[in-house]
Amino acid sequence: MKFIDEYRDVELSKKLVNRIKQLSTRPTRLMEFCGGHTVAIMRNGIRQLLPPTVEMLSGPGCPVCVTANADIDRAIALARLPDVIITTFGDMMKVPGSYSSLQQARAGEADIRIVYSTQDALQIARDNPTQSVIFVGIGFETTAPTIAASILQAEKEGIKNFCVLCLLKLCPPIMKALLDLGELKLDGIVCPGHVSTIIGSHPYEFIPRDYGIACVVSGFEPLDILLSVEMLVEQIESGKPRVEIAYRRGVKPEGNKKALELMDSVFEVDSADWRGIGVVPASGLKIRKKYERFDAEQAFSVTMEPVREAKGCICGDILRGVKTPTDCKLFRKVCFPEHPVGPCMVSSEGACAAYYQYEIV
Amino acid sequence: MTAASPWVKPSSPISVERKTMCLAVPVKVVSIEGNEADVEIGGVKRRVSIMLTPEAKVGDYVLLHTGYAINVIDEAEAQETLKILEEMASLDEIH
Repeated sequence: MKFIDEYRDVELSKKLVNRIKQLSTRPTRLMEFCGGHTVAIMRNGIRQLLPPTVEMLSGPGCPVCVTANADIDRAIALARLPDVIITTFGDMMKVPGSYSSLQQARAGEADIRIVYSTQDALQIARDNPTQSVIFVGIGFETTAPTIAASILQAEKEGIKNFCVLCLLKLCPPIMKALLDLGELKLDGIVCPGHVSTIIGSHPYEFIPRDYGIACVVSGFEPLDILLSVEMLVEQIESGKPRVEIAYRRGVKPEGNKKALELMDSVFEVDSADWRGIGVVPASGLKIRKKYERFDAEQAFSVTMEPVREAKGCICGDILRGVKTPTDCKLFRKVCFPEHPVGPCMVSSEGACAAYYQYEIV
Repeated sequence: MTAASPWVKPSSPISVERKTMCLAVPVKVVSIEGNEADVEIGGVKRRVSIMLTPEAKVGDYVLLHTGYAINVIDEAEAQETLKILEEMASLDEIH
């Protein structure tokens, strides 16, 4: 397929790996922020190809994984209300909240439907005018404009029974929060590809400037990732950290202006609760007052039990990059994709699920 | 790319897109009707929203994310990246 196959060329990959080996002279710690990158790296065995000097850590860039227990609990509580249909991306179904998951709530007869797009959720709202359709709005900047678009479309069409539980989160602020925690000694960051399609590369400028850390925006094919690692190693070895784009076919420095405009018209920046990290100021989005009738939190009030965390689960540490899945006592023993204890094992782009599926043990 | 590629290929790019949150796949625009477009990938056709990419034209490749085109792929940049990769590979041969 065009724009995919040419970035999987094996001979070029070998040469690129050799070049990284030649360039890399000192221990280098890189973090791939995005869960999609974690999966691509694991699936293609890239960790094993890199020289021992280059270490790669997984970051918190999986929207399902960073959704706080309290927010899962809220979605389940909403699902139990009468005449409510919950619509959600499939990955959210099995994520355990404090007491149960959306999947278990569905087995208990809550009406919960998996959708591929917010457009499907809108269609369900059109088809069920006597019921309220709530979309569980998880995601980063990649997904935020699509949710904004659905709210604008609902307004335009006068769809009154559609609203969003807005759990959207922002990448650059959480990168800053992680760096400020000081737990990680990073030399470079593989910056998210499709988040950057929307926001561009400028929002990362503070990272080399204030923290001296190299940044390269990467695509998702093996050659994209190897090219990004090569560019990061080159920056680090030359002592000149900066922001570069390796994924130029998909990312412009200024991002997608139309998408940013739609996002800004519907959402405003707010604090967000990140699993394993806590509430981080200005790291999420909430629906503006003008569109509050599409805000599920304004439209429905629910009472919830106190939040509980699963015993022994270290998803929080894994999301912060301070531990890896194999450090977890539950990994492969009691925590499996079929019976996940924490969210990193549920989501297809969670670090635990990726390690489970691809790591050679 | 040959069949002997060691990289694991997804069985269907659309199913991959469904399973992961921030993934987007390149699809070709075959027709446009207002804010919507029919796109094609690997013989599969689908109606998507081009609300976020009003500049998309028939014949363009766009990145598809959860039913929305989020970007028109820059063909010239795609070629340029391949050229850079080839150049890097040849540097490796010189050393």
